[in-house]
Amino acid sequence: MNVLSLRNVTKTYQNHTAVNDISFDVPQGSIFGLLGPNGAGKTSLIRMITMITGLDQGEIKLNGHNLNQDMILDIGYLPEERGLYKKMKVGDQLMYLAQLRGLSKQDAKRDIKHWLQKFDAETWWNKNIEELSKGMQQKIQFIATVIHKPKLLILDEPFTGLDPLNTNLIKDEIFRMNDEGASIIFSTHRMEQVEEICKDIVLINDGALVLEGEMNAVKQKFKENKYRIEFDGTLPTHLKTNSFAIESDDEKGLVIRVLPGHDSNEFLDSLITEGIHINSFQEILPSLNDIFIKNVNNKI
Amino acid sequence: MNKLWLIIKREYSIRVKKKSFILATLLTPLGMAALMIGAGYLGVNSSKANQRVLIKDDSSIVKNAKIKKTGMVMDFTDEVLDTVKINYIKEGYDLAVYIPPFKDLNGKRHEVKYFAEEKPGIAAIEALERRIETAFKDHKIKNSNVDREVYDSFATSIDMEDGSLADDASDGKVSMMLGTAFGTIMGFLMYMVILVYGMMVMRSVMEEKINRISEVMISSVKPFYLMLGKVLGVGLVGLTQVAIWIVLIPVIMMITQTIMGGDPQADQMEQLAAATQGADGFDISEIFREVRAMNWLMIIPAFLAFFFGGYFMYAALFAAIGSAIGDDMQEGQTLMLPVMLPIIIGFMMMQGVITNPNGNMAVIGSMIPLISPIIMPARLAFDPPIWQVLLSIALLILTCVFFAWVAGRIYRVGILMYGKKVSFRELSKWMFYKG
Repeated sequence: MNVLSLRNVTKTYQNHTAVNDISFDVPQGSIFGLLGPNGAGKTSLIRMITMITGLDQGEIKLNGHNLNQDMILDIGYLPEERGLYKKMKVGDQLMYLAQLRGLSKQDAKRDIKHWLQKFDAETWWNKNIEELSKGMQQKIQFIATVIHKPKLLILDEPFTGLDPLNTNLIKDEIFRMNDEGASIIFSTHRMEQVEEICKDIVLINDGALVLEGEMNAVKQKFKENKYRIEFDGTLPTHLKTNSFAIESDDEKGLVIRVLPGHDSNEFLDSLITEGIHINSFQEILPSLNDIFIKNVNNKI
Repeated sequence: MNKLWLIIKREYSIRVKKKSFILATLLTPLGMAALMIGAGYLGVNSSKANQRVLIKDDSSIVKNAKIKKTGMVMDFTDEVLDTVKINYIKEGYDLAVYIPPFKDLNGKRHEVKYFAEEKPGIAAIEALERRIETAFKDHKIKNSNVDREVYDSFATSIDMEDGSLADDASDGKVSMMLGTAFGTIMGFLMYMVILVYGMMVMRSVMEEKINRISEVMISSVKPFYLMLGKVLGVGLVGLTQVAIWIVLIPVIMMITQTIMGGDPQADQMEQLAAATQGADGFDISEIFREVRAMNWLMIIPAFLAFFFGGYFMYAALFAAIGSAIGDDMQEGQTLMLPVMLPIIIGFMMMQGVITNPNGNMAVIGSMIPLISPIIMPARLAFDPPIWQVLLSIALLILTCVFFAWVAGRIYRVGILMYGKKVSFRELSKWMFYKG
């Protein structure tokens, strides 16, 4: 079951195609990475999903139904460009946004208090937003995004401006909400965060879909048959056949690349036959960063 | 609708709670009261009702005539003019008047001179002139062969009245005077409302764009509702302020007058009545009668229609401009000009319209929705044909709907657009962007 399905989605501004025929699915309950370089069309895509702008072609379905304004409350969106009313008090601001997102006055008050408590911010209720630090404002913005318990949470660079402590605090909340059933679309440039958090990813570049899939499957797809081997002694010279190539050599071991038409077992077999004691053998999968750079560069 | 209400409520409450709003709302009537009372006080003092006048009458005509002596003290002296000129102040007089000997019985123009340390008010001079004229005229009649009764019968009074009014209605001059006063007030009020509150809407949109909150907001609510909520919220702030002023201004003035122990305004009104009674033949009671007789059943709803229509139309346009310019005020001025221009033109036309409230300029101006909210309210007190009022309102409503659509289209694109130089060509393209 998919929480979100995009089919042939296209958005054009005058002569510029911001999103070009993009299709993908976001599985229910997943933490989904939406990746792409600056100007790739991520924000345009998110704005169509959140109904801020309409689409020119294609369709977007939320829980199997075409998007409509009634579903707006099922989505929580934290835009990259954060914004709050600077001269408004924290409590008033959160009450206003919570009520705009369908909460009753009583529920809004109760839930806001709960969240402020969770973030050690009970005393902020009567503070003006402009009195808060950037990190504090970020927390308020996060509360405003999730206060209505959306089924689909779209977070655009949610950790910008946060110290490691607060990053972990927000990260834990994201995982908790995911455990409670919320699906999360996570848009960022920080590949190490995507690797840590996301189960599935799509990469878009220049308005088009470049790759998609489950994180490990994507890595497998782009693996270069590299392995790291650590063993005792030195590698006999006659083993250097055309079945593998040595990428790097250090004191502890080697990084080899198995050449096309061969597999890693052949290499291991030959080492064992030679009586070499192998301490470790591990496949090196490409980092998401490498995959990102490679795919984006290929398109440029 | 619930969301719209929330937006209206926020836009309203953040403004009415601001210190600047409270101060402006309270200080404006206080300032106006102080100004009016000050002006009234000065007015009364500068032209005292009971002027003391010392007259040296070398013609002996005024001295011997039976003249009206109410409203001022008139004493006669036989001293030499030079002595009179020196002594009249010491003797407690405000004014010395010299009437030279009467030489030519048939003369139409006679020069009479006055001497005063402080320039007397025009009402006092006119009152004196009328008394001396009456004395001279009586003297001329007495010394001619003309019978007094025959002479009196020559006096003919022509009263031009508005033929459309019922026979028992009083003459149209008072209503014309009142029309001018009400027209000016209404037209000016519209001009102020459009300008002040329209700009407030614009600044509020700009602030939202600069604070980058637009995207957060319109992921919860449609941009059109956000704009509409803002326009209506600020409109209600304006209405609140005007309503408070309507109540507060008379109350503060009454309190101040009580404290001061006088009623300078009433004195002024009495003076005005005294000054105008002889010349034009109407008095205060007639003014009140005319005010009551005005077609309030048409004026009040029509004024409210133009008030809301005019405000809404311009506030929507200012919102669109605010969304397009963001923080670049210089760029904003270029975009604001075409919106400001009709407001200024309307205001400039207003004076001409009041002078000739049913002339071509007034009628055509009332039918142009961009200026009708200033022109038509200025005409309302002159009882314009009802079809013109209704047509003007209908055209205004249609234009409001059109501009709300235009503004909504521009706004939804503008609030999300950063770093782009906006021209009119660009704005017109935004109007036709999809979704």
